Amino acid sequence: MRKALSLLLFSVLLSLGVTASGAEKTIKLGVIAELTGDMPAVGASCRNAAELAVKEVNAAGGLKVGKQKMKVELVVEDNAGKADQSAAAAQKLITQDEVLAIVGPNASRYAIPASEIAESSETVLITPWSTNPKTTLDATTNEPKKYVFRACFIDPFQGGVLAKFAYENLKAKNAAVLYDVASDYNKGIAEVFKEKFEKLGGKVVAFETYTTNDKDFSAQLTKIKDAKPDVIFLPNYYNEVPLQVQQAKRLGITVPFIGSDSWGSPELLTLGGSDLNGYYFSTHYSADNAAPVAKKFIADYEKAYGAKPDDVAALTYDAFGLLFGAIQRSGKVDREEIRASLSTLPSYKGVTGDMKFQADSRDPIKSAVILQIKDGKFNYFTNANP
Amino acid sequence: MNDGIVYWLQQILNALQLGSIYALIALGYTMVYGILTMINFAHGDVFMIGAFFCFLAATALGLPFVPTLLLTMLGTALLGVVIERLAYKPLRQAPRVSAVITALGIGLFLENFTLALAPYPKHIPPLLESVTWNLGGVSVSSLQVIIIFLSLGLMLVLDYVVHRTPVGMAMRAISWDKTFVPLMGIPADLIISVTFAIGAGLAGAAGTMYGLAYPVIDPYMGIMVGWKAFISAVVGGIGNIRGAMIGAFILGGVEIMVTAFFPSTYRDFVAFSLLLVLIVIRPYGILGQPRTQKV
Repeated sequence: MRKALSLLLFSVLLSLGVTASGAEKTIKLGVIAELTGDMPAVGASCRNAAELAVKEVNAAGGLKVGKQKMKVELVVEDNAGKADQSAAAAQKLITQDEVLAIVGPNASRYAIPASEIAESSETVLITPWSTNPKTTLDATTNEPKKYVFRACFIDPFQGGVLAKFAYENLKAKNAAVLYDVASDYNKGIAEVFKEKFEKLGGKVVAFETYTTNDKDFSAQLTKIKDAKPDVIFLPNYYNEVPLQVQQAKRLGITVPFIGSDSWGSPELLTLGGSDLNGYYFSTHYSADNAAPVAKKFIADYEKAYGAKPDDVAALTYDAFGLLFGAIQRSGKVDREEIRASLSTLPSYKGVTGDMKFQADSRDPIKSAVILQIKDGKFNYFTNANP
Repeated sequence: MNDGIVYWLQQILNALQLGSIYALIALGYTMVYGILTMINFAHGDVFMIGAFFCFLAATALGLPFVPTLLLTMLGTALLGVVIERLAYKPLRQAPRVSAVITALGIGLFLENFTLALAPYPKHIPPLLESVTWNLGGVSVSSLQVIIIFLSLGLMLVLDYVVHRTPVGMAMRAISWDKTFVPLMGIPADLIISVTFAIGAGLAGAAGTMYGLAYPVIDPYMGIMVGWKAFISAVVGGIGNIRGAMIGAFILGGVEIMVTAFFPSTYRDFVAFSLLLVLIVIRPYGILGQPRTQKV
């Protein structure tokens, strides 16, 4: 009832907005970002890129919707690095701020609860960085959600890329995994890695877990050391990886570590220092090896915020690019029209590569890159497909 | 050496390191409880502030290890005294639950105050050159040795102060009877302040060592560690200093062993269940004495 009422109210307001000609018209878009909590660097990148994308569009006079140009207004909500607040922020943006669509949250453990709200409120949500398949799948039917999209690849793809990289490029036969069992992203990718690595002929000799916010990994790492792996896979967030690597080194572990796109924040280098030198991880794009369309974004972002955009920033920018494209293509400011337009959008050339939504899927097809950490920098190593 | 023995020696060493840090924090809980029969729930956050003091001393002032440790202990000791004077002393005659709620409030204040100033996790630079020795297959790092021995040293000093000096005697006297002991010329307020200063100072030392062992710190780091230290204190017999140390090493040992045997998801569940059983068997903790209510 309440949902129906708010939808009714929304459409009334919308029609008022359309009929009252001459007044300043804006399109409201929402962002949910991890501005505080355990991964504030992710949230900051997301907000920065969102503001940059909106500023560019407004500087050009706004989005062309039908026959008129409309400015874009951004509403940024902090989810405080909490699942419940992510859902609450989505609720607030949809019912109170009445945004047309939402970008974010980024981490899967926040994107999944927020996506449930967006789906039930029939509002488009694009998560830039959530790679867990569950984000865009309905929990009960396992069918794709109607209103939830993402701008990145998914974990089965990434897990396969990393398993192949460890097995073929690093020539590892025995791998160990240490992952956060309480976090959707980490758990999902760890399981895929294990499955694919064993399918290739390797062996996962230790499959160890911990819980979010743990700081002491000595018991698990001692077990891993005892299993004598050739490589250790840490599909964990940038704030935990340095602790795990440092503690492993203190226990006398010398084998290389590999990671997933959650490593991709420059904060990793500040927190980890030289301990991470020489290790590899998979991610969405590399600033060194970016397509020509990305060059302008990278330069603008660096000028505005004094740092190279990380993968979250690039994906957020692409999420907005997809959204702007869909709005212009539909020619209407309507939640249902945007959804239809987005799902049938022809190939979009983004900062993180070309992407396109397949029919009956909310996950774009795109490729991954492997980066190597060297001399305090992320360096492009190779392109990768599973 | 045999692989199995090496493995277990390594895990025991891990347990000693974890237990040492829990012990330093547990001492603060147990001392304050001993003297005021009040649970200072802000203590875990004082420990967190200690880690941030250590970060500031090491980065902004660029100090080496020993001055950083001393400055951090001094800083948190002062913080402990200020908290006691501003927040707890006005409530000393109030119902005990008021003081406990105030303590929770102080804890939230410290967390959010730090969050407002430092929303990003901070990295404490390595203050000590890390050397890892290989003793017949067991890896022993210099950091581990320093943490374990420094903690044991501080605990021995504390034990001496409490049991062998006039100040310690005054502390024990006040914990025995707060009404009549001041009539015998013992400055109760001063002694209570000293107790808070020592407890918070030890939390500062724990913060420094924790920051060196696990160098990524954030404003919420004190919550879980604080709870574990509190549980250590209860297991050992809250109010009893030696009990708190024993409780902390038991908890550290159980945590490491559970992770070594089971999936780590079971760690907190098994550890806390074991402690629950222990409390059922010995409700006053391992070294605690049942207190008879004086009428």
